[in-house]
Amino acid sequence: MTRGDDIHIDVNGERLLLDPLGAAYWPAEQTLVFADLHFEKGSSYARGGQFLPPYDTRATIRRIAAALSRHQPGRVIALGDSFHDNWAGDRLDGEESALLAAFVRGRDWIWVEGNHDPEPPTWLGGMVSAEVALGGLVFRHEPAVLGARGEVAGHLHPAVSVHRRGIGTRRRCFVSDGTRLVLPAFGAYTGGLDTRDRAVTSLFEGGFSTYALGRERVYAVGHAPRRKKNVDIQPMAMPKSTVTRP
Amino acid sequence: MSAVAKPQPGLPDHFCRWFASRGWSPRAHQLALVEHAARGESVLLVAPTGGGKTLAGFLPTLIELSVPLKAAGESAKSTREGGGPGVGPLTVFATSLQDEERSARPRPRPRRLHTLYISPLKALAVDVARNLEAPVAEMGLGIRIETRTGDTPPARRQRQRYSPPDILLTTPEQLALLLSHRDAPRMFGSLKAVVLDELHALHNSKRGDLLALCLARLTRLAPVHRRVGLSATVADPAPLQRYLVPQPRIGEAHAALVLGASGAIPQISILASEEYVPWSGHLARHAMSDVMAAIKSARTALVFVNTRRQAELTFQDLWRVNDDNLAIALHHGSLAPQQRRKVEAAMAAGKLRAVVCTSTLDLGIDWGAVDKVICIGAPKGAARLVQRIGRANHRLDEPSNALLVPANRFEVLECEAARQAVTAGELDGERLREGGFDVLAQHVLGMACSAPFDADALYGEIVSASPYRALARGDFDRVVAFVATGGYALKRYDRYAKLRRTPEGQWRLAHPRLAQQYRLNAGVIVEDPMIDIKLQSKGRPVGAGGRVLGQLEEYFVEQLSPGDTFVFSGEVLAFQGIREDAAYVSRTHDPEAQVPSYNGGKFPLSTFLAQRVREMVSKPETWHLLPQPVEEWLRIQEWRSTLPQPGQLLVESFPRADKFYLVCYPFEGRLAHQTLGMLVTRRLERLRMRPTGFSANEYALAVWGLRDMAGLDFGALFSEDMLGDDLDAWLAESNLYKRTFRNCAIIAGLIERRSIDREKTGRQVTFSTDLIYDVLREHEPDHILLRATYRDAATGLLDVARLADMLMRVKGRIVARALDRVSPLAVPALLEISKEMVAGEAREDILREAEEALIADAMRVE
Repeated sequence: MTRGDDIHIDVNGERLLLDPLGAAYWPAEQTLVFADLHFEKGSSYARGGQFLPPYDTRATIRRIAAALSRHQPGRVIALGDSFHDNWAGDRLDGEESALLAAFVRGRDWIWVEGNHDPEPPTWLGGMVSAEVALGGLVFRHEPAVLGARGEVAGHLHPAVSVHRRGIGTRRRCFVSDGTRLVLPAFGAYTGGLDTRDRAVTSLFEGGFSTYALGRERVYAVGHAPRRKKNVDIQPMAMPKSTVTRP
Repeated sequence: MSAVAKPQPGLPDHFCRWFASRGWSPRAHQLALVEHAARGESVLLVAPTGGGKTLAGFLPTLIELSVPLKAAGESAKSTREGGGPGVGPLTVFATSLQDEERSARPRPRPRRLHTLYISPLKALAVDVARNLEAPVAEMGLGIRIETRTGDTPPARRQRQRYSPPDILLTTPEQLALLLSHRDAPRMFGSLKAVVLDELHALHNSKRGDLLALCLARLTRLAPVHRRVGLSATVADPAPLQRYLVPQPRIGEAHAALVLGASGAIPQISILASEEYVPWSGHLARHAMSDVMAAIKSARTALVFVNTRRQAELTFQDLWRVNDDNLAIALHHGSLAPQQRRKVEAAMAAGKLRAVVCTSTLDLGIDWGAVDKVICIGAPKGAARLVQRIGRANHRLDEPSNALLVPANRFEVLECEAARQAVTAGELDGERLREGGFDVLAQHVLGMACSAPFDADALYGEIVSASPYRALARGDFDRVVAFVATGGYALKRYDRYAKLRRTPEGQWRLAHPRLAQQYRLNAGVIVEDPMIDIKLQSKGRPVGAGGRVLGQLEEYFVEQLSPGDTFVFSGEVLAFQGIREDAAYVSRTHDPEAQVPSYNGGKFPLSTFLAQRVREMVSKPETWHLLPQPVEEWLRIQEWRSTLPQPGQLLVESFPRADKFYLVCYPFEGRLAHQTLGMLVTRRLERLRMRPTGFSANEYALAVWGLRDMAGLDFGALFSEDMLGDDLDAWLAESNLYKRTFRNCAIIAGLIERRSIDREKTGRQVTFSTDLIYDVLREHEPDHILLRATYRDAATGLLDVARLADMLMRVKGRIVARALDRVSPLAVPALLEISKEMVAGEAREDILREAEEALIADAMRVE
């Protein structure tokens, strides 16, 4: 399915579609990529006495279902941190695991290992891999520091703040310079790291483009500082908490 | 001691002598409080500032404590429980005490807490403690008085719990913490009296809810203690009287009421020019030299403004015309506490001529020297104005002197209405809020920290607190379930429960660590995520040390790029960058520096004052009181359109430039108008009127679009059913609503502000409550926390309740005027720029604009 508003970008010569749900689709390989699903992030806090609404997994599953039905991929790559911790799989309830198992069935499903889930559960089906090389692209969880041409990664949870006319909005985003791509986090409770953070900027020596998730489409919002003054061009590290806006 | 001590009924001789030595005689209300106390009755004292209110509150305590103790180990005061012997015997004891007191110093008596004093401000508690020392020392009463605030050293806090002072002065939050300890029954079991200061400012707020719940617990621990509420003048004292005493299951109980003599009527003047009155804005920049002149003519002036942003701007503006270099300081809630303390100390020492301040100085310690209060901008409410005016001149018999400085035409009307109300002694009433579920959840956990509880007994205790009188048992149970396991329909957290049932059916805390966690997070004041602003000298590398100037909201700092300039703490600063959790700035010069706008401190216009303004507008015979440009403005409105009458809703429609406008005048405050704007815009969209925006001020709402709206059925457009699905759909997206949810989530303990682990690492809360809100709303829309949010929003940021009243009131009374051009009354509304545009959509617009800007930039040929 393609629409006029769709944003396609080239990463190391491969053409990818950026889905506003926060996934990337590679039509040539019929491959859909999600990053940082963080299943059962909510329940991981229960032990410490914080009872976050235990619905984040099903909210994430619902969005995965939407993306699957939109693109009908033959292959899915979950780019690591799919499970918030190594025991998260055990905390899924029957309904949730049944849904996930159904997603996995009938297509190539690859769980890439992440730092949160070095051993993703195998009983849901699919393969586990540290990284996946396919065509001109390499899929891994954590971006390599420099020179990783064709790398598609997650881990950083990039988010961008856009301000216009005194109103601001903060969105999850894709970040790419045409040679590599970092996906936004897909999980319902995953926060964002500002794209001005050194962890993001240090990956792209020659600058990068930012693609913010809108409700219906992705917006190429660039990465232009509002004003250019050579006071301190070092990137700023924003606190990780996502701001509740006025 | 030359004065002759006049004997007073109920007052021991040495108290009479003390009053005489000061050249005072006890006031009627002070004696009345002694009488009520002797009978063991709770009482509300309503009196203006300067009436010796605080002393009145403590007088019975001092008398009771001046009675000698019979023997060590025996509870000497127990004979007075339940209003036993009257004042007579006390007087006898007291006279004999004075001589004894001098010789026998360390009295061998077990110290027991006699009186607990609660103030909304810790500074006030400290100040009152200091003021009490004087009579206690001068009469040689040998009473131990201590404060307990966040600043009290841990060793003393510890000691206060096993060896409490006679009188403890503290805040609601500290009381809640004390009550969460296992030894609370021992500490408070001997309690004889509670004094609640500035009760009018506390009772109808979340802090008031917390305090009410604490009082209910105190009743359980010390069943016969009496309470004294001290309050400024209020329109209706009955809710405060109910707040003070336990409420029966059926009917209502009220504390006794004592009214202090009303002070002299304040002299209020309004600074308004006969030549020029601005159409919009809130800064009154045109009047700054007049304000300066007023400061010059006073000994010490307080210059009140309504927001921190206004404070910064007014401070800058005043210094621009401060040719004599008068000492003028700045005070608002974002400045570093040390900075604020410095200003307060300079003020107390009489070193300042003026302080530009926000509501941070509405309450607080007495500054004798203040002889003029200047209020810039709209007064918003008569009670608020009285409170502010009361900050000048703490002597009862001399009138306070106030100058109101309206910044625009509507504010002229509002100032005039407020002046008339205050002069006539009329005040605005408040809509009473119901006790919050979030505060209740926090309290339930606190109570579990002190001891296992029986749900029936705790419920009974809680509904005796007036804010929670109407609490349904089902809701209480849901709150308990929320505390225990999150209270979700999907029961995922049972094995991690914080509260567990004992075999006897009581609820107990699952782990002692949870008590520690509770104490780290207790309190109901929630702030936006803030970031420290640190000043460093120019040229130094970012992050290399610096003095903390104060804090700013993260979302403001986020918008800054290095080199951007802004005004803060009265200085023009250049943003350098962010390191760790602080933003670094250096001093600079930039006449066009921006000024941060803040979320807090935006009070809506009170219903009462709005009514008076509406009446004034509808009655041309009162206009002679107004400056000429304002009168002319209203006359032309009457001629060109019509004047909105009380009870009606005037709706004007007119074309302007390439748009069509619809302007209505509900007079219900900006918050309610914004909500109305959202809802009406949705409807207009459905009617294919293609609305493109709206703006709201305190009086009016303007909506504009691409099609002429004159022919619409306004009865249907403004019908009450918009508060159903439309409201619901909008709330799902409203940022104000998400903010309300964040507050509830933090207070209720869903999100912890501080954790034991994070306290060590210094990291802050890492959850986005927006994400949690979205998920909860989708999967369990009737969760207790979402209901708590709705209740808050109804009376808080969205003012839905007020909007509902208005829509009902104007049903069938809409007056429509189709005009060929803009009406005079509509101009201020059109000049106002609303920040909260159609929430969800506008944010998407921003993305679109950012994208277009990027494309334009890329396509530019140079």
